[in-house]
Amino acid sequence: MTSQSAVESTGGVGQSARALARVIVPPVVVLGGVIGVWYFMSYRGLSDSQRFILPPPHEVFSDGMLTWKPLKEILEGLWATTVVVVVGLIISIIVGMAIAILMSRARWIERTIFPYAVALQTIPIIAITPIIGLWLGFAFNARVLVTVIISIFPVITNTLFGLQAADRNLHELFTLHKASSNTRLWKLELPAAQPAIFTGFRIAAGLAVTGAIVGEFFFRGGQEKGIGRLISFYQNRLQIDRLMSAIVLSSLLGVVLFLIVGAIGDRATRHWAPGRRR
Amino acid sequence: MSADDPKAEASASLSFSGVQMTYPDGTVALEDISFDVKPGEFVTVVGPSGCGKSTLLKIASGLLPETAGSVSVDRDRLGYVFQDATLLPWRTVARNVELLCELHGIDKEERARRAQAAIDLVGLTGFEKHHPRRLSGGMRMRTSVARSLTLNPTVFLFDEPFGALDEISRERLNDEVIRLFESEGFAGLFITHSLYEAVFLSTRVLVMSPRPGRIVAEFHVPFEYPRAPELRFTPEFAKLSGEVSAALRGGYED
Repeated sequence: MTSQSAVESTGGVGQSARALARVIVPPVVVLGGVIGVWYFMSYRGLSDSQRFILPPPHEVFSDGMLTWKPLKEILEGLWATTVVVVVGLIISIIVGMAIAILMSRARWIERTIFPYAVALQTIPIIAITPIIGLWLGFAFNARVLVTVIISIFPVITNTLFGLQAADRNLHELFTLHKASSNTRLWKLELPAAQPAIFTGFRIAAGLAVTGAIVGEFFFRGGQEKGIGRLISFYQNRLQIDRLMSAIVLSSLLGVVLFLIVGAIGDRATRHWAPGRRR
Repeated sequence: MSADDPKAEASASLSFSGVQMTYPDGTVALEDISFDVKPGEFVTVVGPSGCGKSTLLKIASGLLPETAGSVSVDRDRLGYVFQDATLLPWRTVARNVELLCELHGIDKEERARRAQAAIDLVGLTGFEKHHPRRLSGGMRMRTSVARSLTLNPTVFLFDEPFGALDEISRERLNDEVIRLFESEGFAGLFITHSLYEAVFLSTRVLVMSPRPGRIVAEFHVPFEYPRAPELRFTPEFAKLSGEVSAALRGGYED
């Protein structure tokens, strides 16, 4: 806590460099470990004829990421997927927040809707893909719907939790001055919910990437060749190096989205959010 | 509202008559509370913790309905300072002070004017753009007081507002409250568990007994305003404080 406030108020170069190092070093150490284990498994765990199952990291890297043709293919796929992710995420955020706000208006509405929100979360996507396909076709719209189904739940629960977490004394202040339920929502509950809402967005951002890729596995119509479709294509052709770089780059997409949403949230609440960093 | 003495009602800014508060579980929090606060009066209620002092203010403000008796007060011009500052942490000082005017639908220009005046009045000039997190406890309470001032209250309720502050901030804020009381001309009702604070601030001190809360003693405080901080160390002040203290202890033994 003390070091955080020191960084924010003085912005000392040495301190901010140290703070940055604290953020970057641990994941890099983990990455090094993973690559080490990967090399070990590839060269020690597998015989030469089996090595194609797990090619060593540098082969994946040079074949999948440094050779232009496969890289171009993967990047184009990634772009198509990104469009699905972003559209799906925006729909999740708008619809999810609307549902949460509705639920926060009255206990009975919450009790009525919540079981269905939970049910949505537990439905196995595979089981409903035929229905989605029949209703929305087997292209873009269906992929977006799968993305929404997978990513909307944390938006609903976190927004609802945040709306209900506003300080009781502040509520009394609003009661004292006869604030309408609308005023209370806009001036008290929604602002107070911001940290929780952005936490929900961050979780949803990661899930949206998963959702889009899963959607692309099932719904392959349309011109766009998303990363999910490429993954299953490489899988069928046993192009493990390309498969792995597609997986790495798509998880990178998730990380980037997570960071962007997180940065927006931090910026929105930077003056007051309690315990933002430790 | 109450029938017994219409003339006294008209002149009082805040009037409790026969107020009783019984919680649904049968706990009696307040029993037969009757007193008036007239314009130009600053009444302090002291009592042990848990005696229902704060309940008194919640009833006065309408946050809690009394179970018997009645309260008369103009609730549209009521200032209320809570135990903690209850600021919106995402708003700056200036925007926090504007809040009540916003809730009462006062237009933007007037709102800004009143907020600035109130901020100047409590000595927070220059801190308008600060967020509450960056303020000390005393400055947060000042912001809270400023917020209430924007509605030009005729009655000001204080619910143990400075209990969490250190001695120095507390004394300084007591001086400020007295200054505001003199310049703004509201009637004050102040709740505290500190009898020194009670004697220092008020024109009249009411002593409450432990639960069920009743008013067991009343003291008129003769000291002239403005009251200098040194008043606390005079023999007269000590004598009166001693009497209030005895009444408080008497209430305990009852």
